[in-house]
Formats: sequence, C-alpha cells, structure tokens
Amino acid sequence: MSSLRAGKIVKINGNMVTVEAESFVIQNEVAYIIHGDQRLKAEVIRVRGKLAETQVYENTVDLKVGEVAEFTGELLSVELGPGLLGQIFDGLQNPLPELAKECGFFLKRGVYLQPLNPDSKWDFQPLVKEKAKVRAGDKIGFVTENIFKHFVMVPFGLSGIFEVERISSPGSYSLKDSIASIKDSNGNTHEVFLKQTWPVKVPIKAYAEKLKPEEPLITKMRIIDSLFPVAKGGTYCIPGPFGAGKTVLQQLTSRHAEVDVVIIAACGERAGEVVETLKTFPELIDPKTSRPLMERTVIICNTSSMPVAARESSVYTAATIAEYYRQMGLNVLLLADSTSRWAQAMREMSGRLEEIPGEEAFPAYLESRIASFYERAGFVRLNDGSLGSVTIGGTVSPAGGNFEEPVTQATLKVVGAFHGLSRERSNARKYPSIDPLISWSKYPSFINEKHNKKGHAILRKSNDVSQMMKVIGEEGTSVADYIDYLKGDFFDFVYLQQNAFDEVDEATITERQKFIFEFIYNNILEREIRFADKDNALQFFHKLRQKFKTWNSASWQSEGFKRTQAEIEELLNEASLDRKEKDKTNA
Amino acid sequence: MRKVHTNIIQISGDVITVEADNVGYMEIAEVTTRYGISLAQVIRIDNNKVYLQVFAGSKGISTGDKVRFFGHPMRITSGDALLGRIFNGSGQPLDKGPALGDNQVEIGSPSVNPVKRIIPNKMIRTGIPMIDVFNSLVESQKLPIFSIAGEPYNELLARIAVQAEVDIIILGGMGLKFDSYLFFRDKLQEQGALSRSIFFIHTAADPTVECLLVPDISLAVAEQFALSGKRVLVLLTDMTNFADALKEISITMEQVPSNRGYPGDLYSQLAARYEKAVDFDTAGSITILAVTTMPGDDVTHPVPDNTGYITEGQFYLKNRVIEPFGSLSRLKQQVNGKTRPDHRTIMDTMIQLFASYREALEKRAMGFQMSGWDNKLLKYGDLFEKEMMSLEVNIPLEKALDKGWQILSACFTPEETGIKQSVIEQYWPK
Repeated sequence: MSSLRAGKIVKINGNMVTVEAESFVIQNEVAYIIHGDQRLKAEVIRVRGKLAETQVYENTVDLKVGEVAEFTGELLSVELGPGLLGQIFDGLQNPLPELAKECGFFLKRGVYLQPLNPDSKWDFQPLVKEKAKVRAGDKIGFVTENIFKHFVMVPFGLSGIFEVERISSPGSYSLKDSIASIKDSNGNTHEVFLKQTWPVKVPIKAYAEKLKPEEPLITKMRIIDSLFPVAKGGTYCIPGPFGAGKTVLQQLTSRHAEVDVVIIAACGERAGEVVETLKTFPELIDPKTSRPLMERTVIICNTSSMPVAARESSVYTAATIAEYYRQMGLNVLLLADSTSRWAQAMREMSGRLEEIPGEEAFPAYLESRIASFYERAGFVRLNDGSLGSVTIGGTVSPAGGNFEEPVTQATLKVVGAFHGLSRERSNARKYPSIDPLISWSKYPSFINEKHNKKGHAILRKSNDVSQMMKVIGEEGTSVADYIDYLKGDFFDFVYLQQNAFDEVDEATITERQKFIFEFIYNNILEREIRFADKDNALQFFHKLRQKFKTWNSASWQSEGFKRTQAEIEELLNEASLDRKEKDKTNA
Repeated sequence: MRKVHTNIIQISGDVITVEADNVGYMEIAEVTTRYGISLAQVIRIDNNKVYLQVFAGSKGISTGDKVRFFGHPMRITSGDALLGRIFNGSGQPLDKGPALGDNQVEIGSPSVNPVKRIIPNKMIRTGIPMIDVFNSLVESQKLPIFSIAGEPYNELLARIAVQAEVDIIILGGMGLKFDSYLFFRDKLQEQGALSRSIFFIHTAADPTVECLLVPDISLAVAEQFALSGKRVLVLLTDMTNFADALKEISITMEQVPSNRGYPGDLYSQLAARYEKAVDFDTAGSITILAVTTMPGDDVTHPVPDNTGYITEGQFYLKNRVIEPFGSLSRLKQQVNGKTRPDHRTIMDTMIQLFASYREALEKRAMGFQMSGWDNKLLKYGDLFEKEMMSLEVNIPLEKALDKGWQILSACFTPEETGIKQSVIEQYWPK
C-alpha cells in the first residue's frame, strides 16, 4: 500500500477545492478533506503543478484555507458482492436506510457507511477444485442471494492464468473470510473473497466476446415492444420535455420488464418521485417469481439537491453494479433518470474548472462521455460460454423540450432505439406519450414484419390526412382518406395508448400483444370498411373504440375478455353487413 | 471577539474582496460603513483573498471600511415568536415588532435522506376545480405557477393560502412590488390568516443580494416548524427574480456563464430550494407554491425550463385561467384514486375532449364547415370554460365532479366519450 500523501487547501469555490500537495498526485484519485472530525470525500479532477483541483462529493460550507487533505491513491470504487440486491444507495454507494438509522432525517456530510455488511454470513458452494486453472471473471463458487445463484468470481482486475491453491469447502462464510487463494505464473498468491472492489469509471470486461443484441427485451408497453422494440444488451433513450411522462414510463418499465435484475439510477431527480420508487418497490410482488420486486432491484438514488459531484458519479456506480450481475450470466436492465441531469452536473463542474465551453456551455468532452456510458451496455458471451446482458435505457430532459440540444443529439448517435415523447401527446393525455411519428428502433420486433409496417404506415397516413384536413377542411377530404385517418387514430387510441392506472392495461404480455395486434391488423387495418358518409364512419369508430377500451382492461382470456371480443366481432360484422346493404341500394 | 479586517482590496458589483485568514466558506460577516451595517456572506476563498457578497449592496462601501467575521454560516431565528411577523431578506423586522435573536438555526441544511420521506398522500383542497379535479395539489408538493407579468398570480397564491388546510403559511417575497406585499398582508389579515403567517419580504427597491436569502430563510424556518410536526405552506414569489439575482452575482464573479447568462449551476441552485418540500416520516410537512414569471411567455426560457424539471408539475396561468394543457400535478395520482371512483375518469375524459374542442376551434377559425361532431365539441368547450375553468368558480371537488357529468351528458352520447361501460352505467346522469 502506498503511504498516505497529504496537502493543504488553498482555494474554495463551490465544491471545487484546490489543494496544494506535498508530493505526487494521481489524476482521479480519491482524496479526503479533513474538517474537524469530518472526512469529506473528494476526487482529483485536474492537476496543475503542485495544485490538485478536487471536486468534493459533499457540501463545502465552513471549509477553510489551510485545512488538510489526504490522498488515497485509489480511484472511486464500489464494493461488489452478495447483499447488493434490494439495497438503496447514494451515488457513492452509501446505504441510505442505514444512514437514516445513524443520522436521522438529514444526510450528514462525511458519514460513509459500508455498502455491504461485512459480518453477514452466506452459504458457499465451491465450483472448482484445487489445481484448477482459472482467469479473471471465472466462477469459482456461489452463494444464494434471493432467487439467484450469486457467483463468486476471480477478481476482474487480475490478468493471466491462475492456479487454485486452496478453495473453501461448503459452509457459511462472511465477506471478511478468504474463500480461496490463487497463484499467478510468478508464484504470487492472491486471496479471493466473496466481495471485490472495482473502480466505477472503468468498464468490467471479463468476458469472451460482445455479441449483437437481437433478442427482444419485453417491457410490456405495447408501443415499445410492438413498434419500437428494445433488445437485451441494447441501448435506448427517452427524451421528452418536462411533464411528458418520462419518469412514469421508467417506473413502469422497472416493474414490468422481463429481466433478471433492474438497476435504477436517479441522477438528480425529484425526491418526491424517487421516494415513490423507494417505498412502493418493497411492497410490489414480481408476478413471475412471487417474490418482492425489490429482491431483484438495486436503487442508486441521488436527488437533485444532493451535491453535484455525487450526482455525476451515480451513473457510473449503477453501470458497475449492472456489469457485475451481467458477469454472472444474468440479464440486467439499467435505467438512468435522467442523463441530462448527469450531463448538467458535468457542465457545472466544467464551468467551475473554467474550461472553454462547447455548445450550450456543455464541456467539449460531452459526446465522448455519453458514448462511453452507453457503450457499457452489451450482450456478452462469458468465458464459460453462458450469456449475459446489460441493457441501458436513459431518459433525456432536453432544455426547452428541444431535441436539437447537445445531450439529446449526442445520445441519439449512440443508442439503438429512440422513444421520443411529445408535449402534444401528453397534453392530449395520450400515454405513454411516445410519438410514433418521430420514434425509431434498430432492433427487431416480435410482430410480423409486414403487419408491423402496416401499423407504421397507417399512423403516418392518418397524420397526413389530419394535417391535410387542417388546410383544406374535413369537407374537402375523401371518405376513403377520412377512414384511413380514423383507422390510424383508432390504432393509436386502443393499441399505442395504455392506461398506467388500470391494473390490466398497464402491462401487456407478449402473447396478448401479438393476438391484439393481429386482430386489429386483420379486422380493421387491412380490411376495407366503407361507410355512406363521414359521420357514420366516425360513429362506428367511436363505438369500436369504447369496446376496445373495455377489452383492454379485461384480463387475458377471462370471461369478460371473451365476451367483449364477441361484441367487437359482432360490431365489425354489422359494419360489413351495413356496407353490403348500402352497396345493394347503390346498385 | 473576532478580528476586524479593514483591508478591502476590491469592490465589484455587490461583491467585495478582503484579505483575511481562517475564514470558513459561506461564513457570515458584518460590514460597517458610514451608511450603516450590513451582513455579507463568503462566496469564494482564494488563499487569503476572501470574496463576500454584501446583502445591502456595495453602494457607499469604502476600501477602509470594517469587516467582522462571525465564525459561522448564516443563521435565522425560528419558532412561534415569528408568527404574525414581517421581516426583510436578511431577517430584520419590517414591522414594528422587536428584533429576534433566540433559537437560531443555520440556513441551508443538508438534503433530507430520501428514505426518511413518506410518499405524499394528502390532498390539499382549494375549491378551484382546475386544481382539485384536474391537477390536485398534494401536501409536500413543490409546484410553480408559470405565468407572465400582468396575470393574477399573486391573487391565486393568496387564495390558495387562505383556503388551504395548513398550520402555517410562510411568504417569501422576492423583488415584490410594494403594493403586492401590502395586498398579501391585507388579504391574509382579512381572512384571519395573518396570525399563522410569517413574511420575509424583499421588495423591488431593496438590494439584489438580499433577494437571494429570501427562499433560504423562509425554508429554514419552515423546516423547523415541519420537524416539530406542523404542516407548512411556503409561498415564493417570484423565483425568476431570484434567478436573475443569481445571474447578477455570478457575472460579477466572472463565472463562465451558461444559457442566456445564467450560471451553470442554476439547476442545482433552484433544486436546493425546491427540494426542501417534504413530507417527513413521523413529523410535519412543507408544501411549496412558487411563482415563476416567464419572460416573453416563453416556457423554454432557462428559469421555467429548469424549474419544470425540478418541480412536481406546474400550474400554468394564462389569460386569467389555469390552462388545462401545460398544467400538471405529478403527484395527483397519489390522492385522486381515493377521492371518488369517477375522479380519474372525469379528469382524463374531459381533458381529452377539451383537446378535440381546441382542434374544432382551430378548424372554425380557418373557416371550415363544422360537422355534427364539431358542433358538439364547441358546445362542450363552451360549457367547460364557463363552469369549470373560470377562476371565479369556487366549489368542493364532489360538486365539480357532478358538474363534469352534467356537462358531458349535455353534449355527448356515452360512447362518444370513450368511457368504459361499467363507469358509464354507474355515473352517467339518467
């Protein structure tokens, strides 16, 4: 271990504290500012001669010139091991519930608790024998964490081939117990524990290869899964003006997405919304496992009033934990809300450093930081042949709701799907307010491709007609065009829109999505429905819409579901009967 | 006794620089000039150069004037002795009452640990249908009123203050016109609410820097009451003036400006104040209603834009009504599931139809022929504006919901509303 190096504060400007160092300084190393009996965590972000500029992860009130700082020689790291699932951390991996027990209502600065309980015991089962050859990331045993086999892996930072010298026999061990020792080619021995630490800003890469993400990740949101799908290991972004429903969409996804582990990173969001996640998750039951949803969730929580540097680090902490569970062969979904707040934190720091500002005062390195964050997603084949994935979905809060701004644009370049929310749709209470006319996805959907295209086409056509009607009026529009307009509007209302407050409608399983989509495709989108006039057409679609609404809130294949389906079919038959009669009279 | 410093080496805007050692960041000092005494706050330290913003402004400060550091950050008296009192931006009495010195608390306390919050779940009834029905106000919510100059936003604030069921009202006025301050005072007095109110008033004529302190002292006092179990409503008007004061100081400090000259940390600065809204687990609550005037009615201006991303929705005041589009209470779903079973249906359906009504209006304005459906929408919109939207309407939620059904049934057939059958059967007026 390097001996502790020290320095003295010479400047204070917000949470930027400049320290004059006594000896060498390492870029990005963690330093502690000693203030009375408090030790405030900070990170070196620029070095100029003997001056180390540090960003303090805490409020800097009352700090004084001349106070001492200690450099640790280590990068900002997190602890990875059993016990992470179900936890609520801040961006520095401080467990917030423990902190509340210790400090009460307020977050006391300088208090850092251990993220994982070092004394809790875990039942260990070895997977390798002595003399076995292993390398970084290889599974040498497991403990059971909730419903998962939590694998104990050779530390990711080691390189080369190792020989297992000793492996513990099955039994109960704590995080402090060495579980194995392994020997490198030079004969040096390394101890392996149930937990390891990892620097948050460095991706974990202990896998064999990165594969193309193609397998759909089901979110149970119809507009996403059917029209703008997400793939396991892929990336997507949700930009939208405030009030368009980004956070509700993220919350729904975190509950319903078909993945093993969900990591929620709130980087500078409203405490009122974060608290909803914090309080409701422990009570929600995962329908698949019948266990509390929280058992497969980790929440990284930095509200908008927490110090800016901690907000900046929270997405990295989240990404590191996500990668860790991916290394076990699990599918992990990382939801970051919102990446704009993270980018703003970068901008704030850059301003304090007096860097030359780029576009809209964001730092010049904004794009590369965003790209490297999303690149931490991936669908990978691990060394033992099993597969794992990290999917990243980030919301973006563009200034002025304008998608041309730097954060949205930089994000769009690097993601595989774009779910753009629109103010118009949220104003009209069309939720989720993903605008089908601007959104896109590069990933395959489970809906028949041809039928899917028809869905997109009818929405575009409907919009064209609606725009045209604004210019030439309804009376100048042909009945056929008007019916296309109604079809698109209908498809939007009953399929793309989903009621987040209806127990059934809030989440739609794949099977049902396929069935309803095909039903609409065959009976409405593809079918030629003619009406005597526009009023008749409008009335028909109003009736149909109302029936579908009832249908959407009936449980899949329940009595009510079948009854409503029969009613809808009858309505559709009547419409065609009506048409035939009309044809007769016309003939 | 703390040392007195007399070596002021720079005066720039309302910021002075003095050479001193052993000074804490954000510490408070007292500057004595021939015109009087003012408080000042440390905002940057560079070796032995200490930058202070002077609350009363720098006019008349000489390089030989005295600066005395207090050795602690800004503090404010809290507690029941404040009730019914009126103070300025640095906590000095504006009424004829005595200055207070006991029971001091530091302003700008740390963030509340999110796990010590409870999910907001109590509706604050206002008697205004556009709020109660469509965007319910919830205890502990932080909501701005987005508006433009000339709209009756202060009247709306005052009415909510008087009708809201809370224990304590704290008014933080920033850049307030003097007559607006008198309006609040008289209105609250008339309605018998002054004795449970505390005012911190910075008027447009006062020094800019004092404006910056208003939200902090208002919220620090509010926090003390909330911790002792009280339900506190904090009214802040106008937060755009606060942001402009921030801009002034940051430019004086030669900070790299971000959007439209506002400082890069505008978001963090606003968030630090708004996030004080809280419902404490096992204690009281703070609800914040804040006016944000939008320069040029532009919601994409940095102040309303940043505010919108921090707050839990907004009331959009336009043409003397609360606009249904743009207005939003994010927390409404925490309370409107428990009011009456038809609340959400009325809320969604009426707004969806109102959106269609606006389209029909556009069509009519373009001179197009109105269809039968358009005419129904026009009738509907008219009724909606008159009986629901007008700020004159003052009725309890339940009456407003009944009114909603009456309006719907007067204009449409049940299927035209898109409401599902079971709800129609129960509520559609026979």
